[in-house]
Amino acid sequence: MKKWQVSSRWLATSLVAMGMSFPALAQEDDPIKVGILHSLSGTMAISESTLKDTMLMLIEQQNAQGGLLGRQLEPVVVDPASDWPLFAEKARQLLEQDKVDVIFGNWTSVSRKSVLPVVEELNGLLFYPVQYEGEESSENVFYTGAAPNQQAIPAVDYLMNNVGVERWVLAGTDYVYPRTTNKILEAYLKDHGVAQEDIMINYTPFGHSDWQNIVSEIKRFGSAGKKTAVVSTINGDANVPFYRELGNQGIDAADIPVIAFSVGEQELSGIDTAPLVGHLAAWNYFMSVDTDANYDFIDNWIEYTGDENAVTNDPMEAHYIGFNLWKEAVKKAGTTDVDAVKDAIIGVSVPNLSGGYAAMMPNHHITKPVLIGEIQDNGQFSVVWETPSTVAGDAWSDYLPGSRDLISDWRKPLECGNYNVVEKSCGGGEAQVASQ
Amino acid sequence: MNPLRTINFILLFWCFVTLAPSVFAQQTGSAEQEVPPELAALGADSYAAKGEAIQALVASGHPRTRTWLTALLDGKLQRLEDSGRFVIVTENRGRDWTVIDAVDDAPLGEVSRRNIDRITINNALRNQLRSAMAILDLDAPSERERLASADRLLGEVDANLAEPLAARLEAEESPAVREKLAQALAIHRLQSGDSEAISDAIDTLSGSLNPAVRAALNGVAAGEGDAAEAAQQALASIEQKLKLNRAAETLYFGLSLGSVLVLAAIGLAITFGVMGVINMAHGELIMLGAYTTWMMQQLLPGQPGLALILSIPAGFLVAVFAGIIIERSVIRFLKGRPLETLLATFGVSLILQQLVRTLISPLNRTVVTPEWMSGSLVINEALSLTLNRLYVLGFALVVFAGIMLVMRKTRLGLEVRAVTQNRAMARSMGIRATRVDIMTFALGSGVAGLAGVALSQLTNVGPNLGQSYIIDSFMVVVFGGVGNLWGTLVAGMSLGVINQVIEPWAGAVLAKIIVLVFIILFIQKRPRGLFPQKGRAAEG
Repeated sequence: MKKWQVSSRWLATSLVAMGMSFPALAQEDDPIKVGILHSLSGTMAISESTLKDTMLMLIEQQNAQGGLLGRQLEPVVVDPASDWPLFAEKARQLLEQDKVDVIFGNWTSVSRKSVLPVVEELNGLLFYPVQYEGEESSENVFYTGAAPNQQAIPAVDYLMNNVGVERWVLAGTDYVYPRTTNKILEAYLKDHGVAQEDIMINYTPFGHSDWQNIVSEIKRFGSAGKKTAVVSTINGDANVPFYRELGNQGIDAADIPVIAFSVGEQELSGIDTAPLVGHLAAWNYFMSVDTDANYDFIDNWIEYTGDENAVTNDPMEAHYIGFNLWKEAVKKAGTTDVDAVKDAIIGVSVPNLSGGYAAMMPNHHITKPVLIGEIQDNGQFSVVWETPSTVAGDAWSDYLPGSRDLISDWRKPLECGNYNVVEKSCGGGEAQVASQ
Repeated sequence: MNPLRTINFILLFWCFVTLAPSVFAQQTGSAEQEVPPELAALGADSYAAKGEAIQALVASGHPRTRTWLTALLDGKLQRLEDSGRFVIVTENRGRDWTVIDAVDDAPLGEVSRRNIDRITINNALRNQLRSAMAILDLDAPSERERLASADRLLGEVDANLAEPLAARLEAEESPAVREKLAQALAIHRLQSGDSEAISDAIDTLSGSLNPAVRAALNGVAAGEGDAAEAAQQALASIEQKLKLNRAAETLYFGLSLGSVLVLAAIGLAITFGVMGVINMAHGELIMLGAYTTWMMQQLLPGQPGLALILSIPAGFLVAVFAGIIIERSVIRFLKGRPLETLLATFGVSLILQQLVRTLISPLNRTVVTPEWMSGSLVINEALSLTLNRLYVLGFALVVFAGIMLVMRKTRLGLEVRAVTQNRAMARSMGIRATRVDIMTFALGSGVAGLAGVALSQLTNVGPNLGQSYIIDSFMVVVFGGVGNLWGTLVAGMSLGVINQVIEPWAGAVLAKIIVLVFIILFIQKRPRGLFPQKGRAAEG
């Protein structure tokens, strides 16, 4: 007992001493700490563990090039175990105990919402790499995935104008991202003269595996003589039995195409894609994109994982872009200080993997090209359409009544994530409602 | 000749043999490819131009039309970046793809995928290609191909195609193909405007359940006059038939979902129902069965069907083995302490999940569905039963019958029933109760493994597989009446049907909730489930 007291006192003193000398040392040769907040266990491990490896690869590459500001990068990996409240705890641990300079993490919107108050309170930096429902803009979060106007809206435009779709099935998993996205899409479709009876909305629980009835209903809905398409926000591995049922019930992409917002190369690697050829997905990146930057990235990834068949996907590209944006901002600011980086990063642009540039906008979203790909028999997508130029992410949708008048601009004079241009005030009551 | 020279000679020869093809490939690679204009046109940039090129190619009657169209449809028709040569990719896995010349089939070796550009198509072109190939296939020797292409042409016949199609109808011998061709022509006649032709066409079409026919009739019915009335009548009679089919379909969906529930629950009905052990790791035993299927398919690449059949005994054994370990290491120490058993087995389930995540991968594994299990059994044009689910339904019934046989007709079954009814009495009669415990638990676990093998064909094989079925399994066992295997069968099947009947109008989320609420209310009224244990056993 006595011994313990002595040693703990010693520990405390030395900790204080270390803490006091920390800022001076940190600038010199301490490594820059990069927090990685992705689930490595639980239901989301399937998607998120790949992103952890992506970050580790990017950090390793950067260190091989001499690090950043002459300092090495040190990854700090934590496992929030697909448990939403645990995300907040782990984020707090990263910022308070590990004192990381930046966090790359989260997949589901609910986990991001849980982390949000923590990064805002402790003034951290979070790069969020997944496509999401929008209606949010935080001073401390950088959204490198697509906002609805960078994925859902262009996808519907493509179907409406290029394929001539007149009837719509909006199918999704029952949680915040699909519900908000479908609300936006429904408003958008009605704006474009689609009648209520030509829209069918369907929600299913997480991990739904019995799709017989829904698929047969879609088949019936689609046999009314008008061209029909399914817009799918079905999440995660529920897609595998869904597509399998589509194939078995003989729904052909040429008759009723399904366009998915959450199905990428990784999800397809779990199924035989031969019956799915021609079904669509909308993303900002596909593994099949034909650029040298992309081929290099794939080769590095294959080498890093040691798996000849490893696939890359859109959120991985988002992390690639996010990491490079942060790196350039740190170089520009000359420090990893959060406030300096936050200011420096706006306007920074870095190459993406599809041959263009991604620029950080004042609303903390980035510019992205929108690509529509058709599934091929080898589990890859072939790009059939893309936006002529990149699209800037819009935090607040123009098609929802609550958020129509809101803008987000984190540059100096305004510094507001939900400025109401009608009421000329920051953070009106309506904005709060819309973000719920 | 001294040995060294011999070896030298052999080496030299070997070098020549292995290098020669690549040298030749190089030569053919550098030679100019004479591209026929029909093929060159397919390399256009815009989809519209490609569409015209496909039409022109079909019209030209070039001998390789079919090869090129097939390759284009499969995305295998590509161009080399440097020379612009048209090639057909024969193997497109990995970084280097094997290609052959599109004009003369000359093998060109392997080319890096970086240096090769795919001639892309979209769904509209895919439609056009399929129709174009359907027309080519109308004269195919096999009846099945002719039928498929006639089916394809329903609703796609235009003035140009009507005449050759009518000629084909004259020459056609197979009645099924004749019917399809007649329908395809009738749909075309609906648009002709001639009232006699229309009413004749409606006669031909009435009674057909094909969606293309219905869409065409809908178009006529929306108009006015005699033709519209006739079309409405035809549609009404079709609708009648469809309703019947729909009811049959819902019943099939329900039974299929029910069979999945029964499979998942039947193992639990033995361990929980008969032995009274609350085994929260039951779902993970299902998962082990599914992973065994995956493992077998890895061991026997290229033979998914054989691997699946072998997985049935293998999955059973793996789960039996895991079950014995769980029973010996955890459950036997917690006899008669249900709460502790529940917590301990829940822990075991988490350990098993994370074990799979760490040892295999957190990602889902691909279990291939064998050819004979994919697609569906077509009863008529509005009703087809998906084959994988049909097999699972049959498998569930076989497994159930097998277990009934074991429980009723074997010594093990007799002993199990004796031990569960009165443990002390059974022991005093010389039955080794501990051994029976192990055997029973192993049997229940093995059946869970079998369920896993079947489920690998329906759902994801991943670490979370078991979790999604554990609640449902308990629900079925409790609803059916603890300790009664027939109860499990009836409960599973009826819950499946109830769920599928509610789902179309309530949605999948609400349907699940309604079923749960229904069970809660039912258990309030009849705590012992559908088929309660009677007599002295019920007291125990």
